[in-house]
Amino acid sequence: MDTVNALIVGFISIVLINNLVFTKFLGICPYLGVSGRIDMAFGMGMAVTFVVTLSGTLTWLIDNLILVPMNLEVTRYVCFILVIAGAVQLVEMYVRKFFPTLYESFGIFLPLITTNCAILGLCLFINLWGIDNLLEAVVLSFGAGIGFTMAICIMAGIRENLKLADVPDCLKGAPITLITAGLLALAFMGFAGMIR
Amino acid sequence: MTNNSKVQSGTYKQTLFRGLWRENPVFRLLLGMCPTLAVTVAVKPALTMGLSVIFVLVCSNIVVSIIRKLLKPHLRILMFTVTIATFVTIADLFLKAFVPEMSERLGPYVPLIIVNCIIICRAEACASKNSLAVSIVDALGMGVGFTLTLCILAGVREILSTGAIFEIPILNIQSQGGWFVPWAAMSMPVGAFITLGLMLGLVNAVTKRQTKG
Repeated sequence: MDTVNALIVGFISIVLINNLVFTKFLGICPYLGVSGRIDMAFGMGMAVTFVVTLSGTLTWLIDNLILVPMNLEVTRYVCFILVIAGAVQLVEMYVRKFFPTLYESFGIFLPLITTNCAILGLCLFINLWGIDNLLEAVVLSFGAGIGFTMAICIMAGIRENLKLADVPDCLKGAPITLITAGLLALAFMGFAGMIR
Repeated sequence: MTNNSKVQSGTYKQTLFRGLWRENPVFRLLLGMCPTLAVTVAVKPALTMGLSVIFVLVCSNIVVSIIRKLLKPHLRILMFTVTIATFVTIADLFLKAFVPEMSERLGPYVPLIIVNCIIICRAEACASKNSLAVSIVDALGMGVGFTLTLCILAGVREILSTGAIFEIPILNIQSQGGWFVPWAAMSMPVGAFITLGLMLGLVNAVTKRQTKG
C-alpha cells in the first residue's frame, strides 16, 4: 500500500505541482509553436507523452544497468540523446503508417520532439532526484507527459479564444502567449502547498 | 586584391553583428526559450549559461564545418546532436570542476544545452554550408547575441526581485530601512514568462517604428 501511495503522490506532484512547462520551463518551443489549435495540441501532447514514457523508462534502465556499474557516467548525455532520437524515430514511423492525416498536420514538429527539452529534461531530472526503482521512473515519465498535454491543451483553448480579443499590435503572437503562460503559471503556483 | 579582402571583412562583420539584433536568436527567431526563461533569475547564472553556450556553439560549428563534406543527409541531425552532446559533456565537467556551486545552481540546464535549438539551427543553417572562418564568426555573433539577451533579461528580473544587480545592492530594500519593496514574483516562473513576453512586445514595437521611419 505504501508504494501505491508514493506512486500516486509522485504522479500528482509531477502533473500539477512540478509541471514541466510552468515550473521547469521545459518544452517551451512546441508549447509556443503548436498551441494554436486544440486538436493539434492534443496530438502533440499524446506524441510527447508516448516518447517521454518510453525514453524515461529506457534511459533509467540504461543508466542503472549499464552506465553506473561500468563507471561510464561521462557518456550519460550522449547515450540519453541517442535513446530519445531512436524513440522519436519509432513514433514517427508508427504515426506515418497508421495515422497519415495526423502525420501531415504535424509537419516539422514530430522530428523536432527530439530536441524537445521536456524529454531530455525529464530523463535528467529522474537522474537528479535519485529515483531508485523502475516503477517510480515509469510513473513519473508518464505523469510528465500528461502534465505537458494538459498544459498545452489549456493554452490551445485560451489561444482559440484569444483570436477574438483585441490585442495590441506589437503583442500579437508569441508575446501575448508568453504573458498568458505567465498567468497560467501563477494559477498553477496555487497547487504548490498541496504535497510536502 | 585589397578590394576583395575589404568585401570579405565587410561580410564577416555583417555575419558577426547579425546575431546581435537583426537575427537575434531569442527576440527574433524565438530559439532557445527554455534556458532563457530558466536561468535568468540573476545575472551571474545567466552569464555562466551564456558563456557555456558560446563555447559549445563555437566548438560544434567548427567540427560540423570541418566534416560538412562527409555528412550524409539522413544522418545529418544525428551527427549534429552527438557532436553537441560531446561538447556539452566537456562544458558540464568543466563547470563541475571549477565552479561547483554555479554548476549546482544551474542543475540540469547545462546538459539541456544539447537540445537548445540555437545550436542545431546554426549547425544546420550555417556551419554545414559555409567555410570554417564564416562558421566561427557566425557562432560568435549568435552566442554573444544570446548571452547579451540573457543578461538583459536577468538584469531586469534580478533588480526587481532583490534590488541588486550582479549581487551588488543598488536599490534600498525595505527590510533594511529603504523604500524599495522587492517583487517576489519576479524570481518565480511568473516573472520569467511575463518579462520575456513584454520584452518581445517591446522589440516588436521598436522594429515596427524602424521600418516605418
